[in-house]
Amino acid sequence: MYCANVTVKFIDNSIMNKTDELNKLRRIIGLHKRWDFLFMITGIIALMIAILTFIALFAQMLIDGMPRLSWDFFTSFPSRRPESAGILSAWVGTTLVMLVTAATAVPLGVGAGVYLEEYAPKNIFTEILEINVTNLAGVPSIIYGLLALGLFVYQLGLGQSILSAGLALALLILPVVIVATREAIRSIPVAIREGAYALGATKWQTVYDHLLPYSSAGILTGIIIGLARAIGETAPIITIGALTFIAFLPPSPITEGFPYISFEWLTAPFTVMPIQMFNWVSRPEEAFQLNAAAAGLVLVVMTLTMNGLAIYLRYRMRKNIKW
Amino acid sequence: MSDKVDKNKNYAGRLSYSYRRNLRERLIESVLFLSAALSVVIMLSIVVMLVKESFVFFQYVSLWDFLTDTQWTPLFDDAHYGILPLVAGTVVSSAVALLVALPLGTIIAIYLSEFAPFSVREIAKPFLELLGGIPTVVYGYFALLFVTPLLQMLFPTLPGFSLLSAGLVMGIMIIPYVSSMTEDAMRAVPMHLREGSYAMGATRFQTAIRVVMPAAFSGIAAAYILGISRAVGETMVVAIAAGMQPNLTWNPMEPAATITAYIVQVSLGDLPHGSIGYQTIFAAGLTLLLMTLVFNIIGHVLRKRYREIY
Repeated sequence: MYCANVTVKFIDNSIMNKTDELNKLRRIIGLHKRWDFLFMITGIIALMIAILTFIALFAQMLIDGMPRLSWDFFTSFPSRRPESAGILSAWVGTTLVMLVTAATAVPLGVGAGVYLEEYAPKNIFTEILEINVTNLAGVPSIIYGLLALGLFVYQLGLGQSILSAGLALALLILPVVIVATREAIRSIPVAIREGAYALGATKWQTVYDHLLPYSSAGILTGIIIGLARAIGETAPIITIGALTFIAFLPPSPITEGFPYISFEWLTAPFTVMPIQMFNWVSRPEEAFQLNAAAAGLVLVVMTLTMNGLAIYLRYRMRKNIKW
Repeated sequence: MSDKVDKNKNYAGRLSYSYRRNLRERLIESVLFLSAALSVVIMLSIVVMLVKESFVFFQYVSLWDFLTDTQWTPLFDDAHYGILPLVAGTVVSSAVALLVALPLGTIIAIYLSEFAPFSVREIAKPFLELLGGIPTVVYGYFALLFVTPLLQMLFPTLPGFSLLSAGLVMGIMIIPYVSSMTEDAMRAVPMHLREGSYAMGATRFQTAIRVVMPAAFSGIAAAYILGISRAVGETMVVAIAAGMQPNLTWNPMEPAATITAYIVQVSLGDLPHGSIGYQTIFAAGLTLLLMTLVFNIIGHVLRKRYREIY
C-alpha cells in the first residue's frame, strides 16, 4: 500500500514537468544512440579501408602482371632482357627451400609442442621454455637471417646454400608450429588420455595413437600457416647473401644410377620467389617492374591458397569435432 | 592358453618387456625434451652471435660514437658509425605505421567483437587473416608503385622514396595482427559484464569503451606491443619504398633508411666475412633486438600487472 502511495505521489509530481523531463531523457538517449550509430559506421569504414587496400593491391598486380604470365614465364631463367625473363630458378628454389624447412620445422616443432603440453613437469625450466617460445615469436625475421649468416653460413660452413636458407626459415616458423601443436593437443579432453592410460597404454602410446591423430588437423593448420609465412619471407634469405641472378637449376634430387637420391642440391646456390621479385622491383626499368608484378601475383596466389586451405581446415575442424 | 604357459617364464618375459618399454619411453621423452630445449638454444645463439660480432665492432668504434654520432656511413672512406640516423628512420616509419594500425585495428576489433552481426564476423575474420598472410615484399611493391604515386598527387613535393608511404603500407599490413589479438582479448571478457552494463541502460558503444576495453586491457596491451615490434622489425616494405640512404630526419616526407633496411643493403652487396662492414650489420641487429626486447618486456609487465581474472 505504502509503495503504491509513493508511486502515485511520484507520478503526480512528474506530471508537473513531464514534458520537460521526458524531452531531456529523450535527448540523452538520442545522443547516445547517435554515438552508437556513428561508431558502427566508423567500424565499417575501418574494415572497408583494410578490404579496399587488399583489392587495390591485388588489382594493381593483376593489371601489371597478368600480361606477363605465360607458360614461358614459368619455364625461363631470369634474364637481362625483361621480356624473356622468367621465374624457373625462383620457383624451383622456393620448392627446395620449403622441403628443407618443412623437414626441419615439422618434427622439431611438433616434438617441442608435445613435450611442453604432455611431458613437461611444472618447474622453473618449463616456465623459461614457455616464455622463450613467446619471445622467439617476437624476434624480427631479419635477426634470424643474421643468426643464419653467422652460424650456418660461416660457423658451420654451409655456405649460401639451400640448406642454410631452409634452416633459417625453419627456425623462424618453429614458434608457429609449436604454438599450433600445443593448442591442438590442449583442446583434446582429459577423458581420452585417461581412457588410454586405463587400458595400460604408456605415455608415448597415448600420444602417438590418440593425441597426435586427433589433433592432426589443428597441427596441419599450423604447419601450413607457418610454411605460407616462410614462402613469402624475404629478409632472412637476403641476409644470408643469396644471389639474385641464378640462371641454372640446382642438381636434381633424383639421379639416374644408384642410390637414385642425391643430396647435392642442399649445398647449391639458389634464388627464391620473393628474392626474384625484390630484385625486379628494385630495378629502375619499368619492364622489370611488370615482371615483379607477375612474380608477386604468383607469390600471392601461393600464400593465399595455403592460408585459405588452413582457414578451411580450421573451419571444418570446428564444425566436425564435438567432444 | 595362459594356463599352459610356464608362469616363471611369463613373468620374466613381462619384466623384460616392460623394461624395454620403459627404456623406449625414456628415450622418446628425452628426444622430445631436446626439441623443446632447442628453442632456448636458438635464443642463446641469437644473442651470442649478435653480441660476439658486435663486441669486435665496439673494439673498433667506441660506444659513445655509436650512440652520439649523427652520421652512418660505414662503407665510405670517411666512415662514421652513428646509429642515430637509422634509429630515427626506424622510429619515424614505425610511428607512421602505428598511427594507422593501432586506431584502425582497435576500431575494427571493437566493431567485430561488439557490433558486427555473426555473418559479417564470419567473413571479415578470415579475410583479415588472409591480409596478414600476404608476403611483405608484395606490400613493398604496393607501397612503391601504388601508394607513392597516389600520395604524390596529394603532395607533389613527395620524393619517390619516403618514410610516409612505407609507414602507411606497413600500418595497413599490421592491422590484422592488432585487430585479431584485440578482438580475441575482448571476446574473452565474460558476457555477464556486458549484460550488467546493458541492464544499467548503457549503449553498445558505452559498454565497449567503458566496460569491455578496460576488462580486456592486458590482452589489448599485448596486441599493441606485438604491433609495435612488428613495425620496428619490418624489413622489406621500408627497404623497397623508403630508400636506403641513412638520413637523420624526423620528417616522414623524406627518404631514409631504417636499421633493417641497412642490413638488407649491406647483405645485397658482397662484403667479406670479418670486415668492419660485416660487423656493422650485427651491431645494427643487436640494436634492433634490444629495441624489440624492451617492448616485449614492457608488454610482459603490463600483462602481469593488469591481468583481470574472472
